[in-house]
Amino acid sequence: MGLEEKLPSGILLSTVEQVVGLARKTSMWPATFGLACCAIEMMAVGGPHYDLARFGMEKFGATPRQADLMIVAGRVSQKMAPVLRQIYDQMPEPKWVIAMGVCASSGGMFNNYAIVQGVDHIVPVDIYLPGCPPRPEMLLDAVLKLHDKVQNTKLGAHREQEITEIEERMLRRSLPLVSKD
Amino acid sequence: MTVTEDYIDASGGDWDEVIEKAQSTSAERLVINMGPQHPSTHGVLRLILTLDGETCTEARVGIGYLHTGIEKNMEYRTWTQGTTFVTRMDYLTPLFNETAYCLAVEKLLGIEDRIPERADVIRVMMMELNRMASHFVAMATFGMELGATTVMTNGFREREMILDIFELVTGLRMNHAYVRPGGVSQDLPPGAVDKVRELLKEMPKRIDIMRKLLDENPIYLARTKDVAYLNLPGSMALGVTGPMLRASGLAWDLRKAKPYCGYEDYEFDVPVSDGGDVYARYRVRMAEIEESLKIIEQCLDKLRPGPVMVEDAKIGWPAKLALGPDGLGNSPDHIAHIMSSSMEALIHHFKLVTEGFRVPAGQVYAAVESAKGELGCYAVSDGGTRPYRVHFRDPSFTHLQTVAAMCEGGTVADVIAAVASIDPVMGGVDR
Amino acid sequence: MSTEHERERDEEAANLPDKLGRERLAAPVRRTGMFGTHTTGDTSGFGGLRVRGSAPVYSGRPFTDPDDPRTADFDRVADDLEAALGENAGVVERVEVSRGELTFHVRREALLEVARVLRDDPALRYELCTGVVGVHFPDDAGRELHAVYHLRSLTHNSEIRVSTTCPDADPHVPSLVSVYPTNDWHEREAWDFFGIVFDGHPALTRIQMPDDWHGHPQRKDYPLGGIPVEYRGATVPPPDERRSYK
Repeated sequence: MGLEEKLPSGILLSTVEQVVGLARKTSMWPATFGLACCAIEMMAVGGPHYDLARFGMEKFGATPRQADLMIVAGRVSQKMAPVLRQIYDQMPEPKWVIAMGVCASSGGMFNNYAIVQGVDHIVPVDIYLPGCPPRPEMLLDAVLKLHDKVQNTKLGAHREQEITEIEERMLRRSLPLVSKD
Repeated sequence: MTVTEDYIDASGGDWDEVIEKAQSTSAERLVINMGPQHPSTHGVLRLILTLDGETCTEARVGIGYLHTGIEKNMEYRTWTQGTTFVTRMDYLTPLFNETAYCLAVEKLLGIEDRIPERADVIRVMMMELNRMASHFVAMATFGMELGATTVMTNGFREREMILDIFELVTGLRMNHAYVRPGGVSQDLPPGAVDKVRELLKEMPKRIDIMRKLLDENPIYLARTKDVAYLNLPGSMALGVTGPMLRASGLAWDLRKAKPYCGYEDYEFDVPVSDGGDVYARYRVRMAEIEESLKIIEQCLDKLRPGPVMVEDAKIGWPAKLALGPDGLGNSPDHIAHIMSSSMEALIHHFKLVTEGFRVPAGQVYAAVESAKGELGCYAVSDGGTRPYRVHFRDPSFTHLQTVAAMCEGGTVADVIAAVASIDPVMGGVDR
Repeated sequence: MSTEHERERDEEAANLPDKLGRERLAAPVRRTGMFGTHTTGDTSGFGGLRVRGSAPVYSGRPFTDPDDPRTADFDRVADDLEAALGENAGVVERVEVSRGELTFHVRREALLEVARVLRDDPALRYELCTGVVGVHFPDDAGRELHAVYHLRSLTHNSEIRVSTTCPDADPHVPSLVSVYPTNDWHEREAWDFFGIVFDGHPALTRIQMPDDWHGHPQRKDYPLGGIPVEYRGATVPPPDERRSYK
């Protein structure tokens, strides 16, 4: 059709953004951040039945310094919160966070003195995954959605522009549940 | 950071300073912090180790990183809703938590003798399945923490079979809230018994695979034999129960000593070993899985048709749950009954669901032999529809106190084996 | 013969409506109104209803109820404990038998001694303590904080409960770590959650809450907490402020 037709075989054209996105999403290394019940389901995802290795993510890194995805699996207590933040800070950019389960997303059924009411009080969250605990398939789904997000992340000036646009869209929103656009 | 002549505390702060101070003193000991976020500490457990080279001279345990306030939260919910909370305490033995709690509530209500036999049999069957699942995870995580990934993947594969049954029966893989005060939430769905029979046929093969992989494996033996030794007097003083106590040579099992849920009618052995080390604990757990299979088989023979909830309309959940095409739901018959034919039934349903039943004032303690040890539930009622106080005596909490006794004098690598052999679940420890 | 007659007479006196009624009125109010609501008016017509709690249970001998196999060894345990304590038997304030469980309410000064006797006496041998539980009763003036111990004898396969109290103003209870080392963490937990000070504990520090936490969160006067969760402008109040039935 275009230039690609004239190129010798084995060469594909793409944007740098897409190539970077592909590289990032296909070799994502999660940091183990198992806290409670969800951690067991997270481990089940790493097991042979659900097999997270299909998505190149079987290497659950023990060190946050070699990880780019934090799956916060379980309830975050007030005592754990500073630890969690420290681990997040130790992860190199770019990094993503999945809040796995209702406790990590919003505090869940534990609306009390001990539990942080949503891990987004401490770290920015990319994917909220509901369920108590979410099934392994749901975690796989969340991972795939995150892959999609990573694949389509823009770079440099485009990224800044994207952020500005999103921010403006959020600011224009006045009614709690109805958006104008 | 504190530096005395003996200690260099490296539990936090700048590594440069730590190294500088370590070089400026003649002391060779280092206090290091391990956890709470560490792949080998079995959850959010924090170990503070004083090391002299490779030798661990002092081991201290820090817990509380998963404290959830469940006991306090329950004081604001009805007695029935309590099962939903306790099941999330020790999330690898949810059915034991539920049963201990329900036994306590039933004791408070004084209805222990009126629990239908079928409900008891189902409880026992589910608990024994749960014991197997918990022991498989114990072995799996043990393998993972020592670096044997095959053990981990095998353990999780075996557990998956049991979880399929749980999902079929309760609707959930974990956190079931299946056992309720007065019985269980619903009867076994069609196909459940066949599925359990299938498991009984398949599981011995899987256990054999596990045994072949570990029983005589020289690497496994080297890592577990004579490691983290705890003798019987030490275990008794520290309040150890369950597989750990039996691995020290005392055949103490609440299922035999203080039978509940009709355990006196089942034939099974209590596996004992007098090794007192990590390997002995593994052998006891493995043997317990085999005993559980025996019990489950007897449960299937004992299953007779009948109700699964106490025949007391003031206590038994009125909804009569049924397994619909979209998962668990209210039975259509019951909805038709309360919505179109009986106003009183609707009022009764509403009151029981929103307000719950009243429990006479008093205090009780009910204990079950969970996969980890004696799991006790102490419940206090002030006569209201909500617990006044519920406290769980979690075996993992008590057992973690033995870390110092088992680790001091050993190497750092053995600390991992020792902690893993306790099989602590932090959700239960911190509650 | 005469003692039997006297006992019968005392029993009759104890059951007189006048005495029973006065005891009833002295008990603390547990609930007012029909449903215990406090957010809206009670429309049932029973708004003035006062439901009172029960007075402490004093069980008399015999403790063994022939119809209840769970209580089979209660008389033996009570006799053995009395014999082992000798002249100090008065430290057991009252004995409670309910729901097939035996409870000794012990004065806190004597707790350590009683525990030692319960563990060491060959006839008792309560080797295993399953820890201490704190309970807070704000209405129970002078004995607001309860420390409850469950003891288990592996030798005799028997189970008892020992309970002691301390006032809020002076929350001290002797530590049992020297008798039952397993109580180390359990006592730290009770201190952490209820503020009961266990005298003689080797290192009574917080165990579950962060070290710099204020207050003891599982006491009844401590709110359940709950940070108001804001979701797109709507606020969910903390659970203890929501409408609830009691």
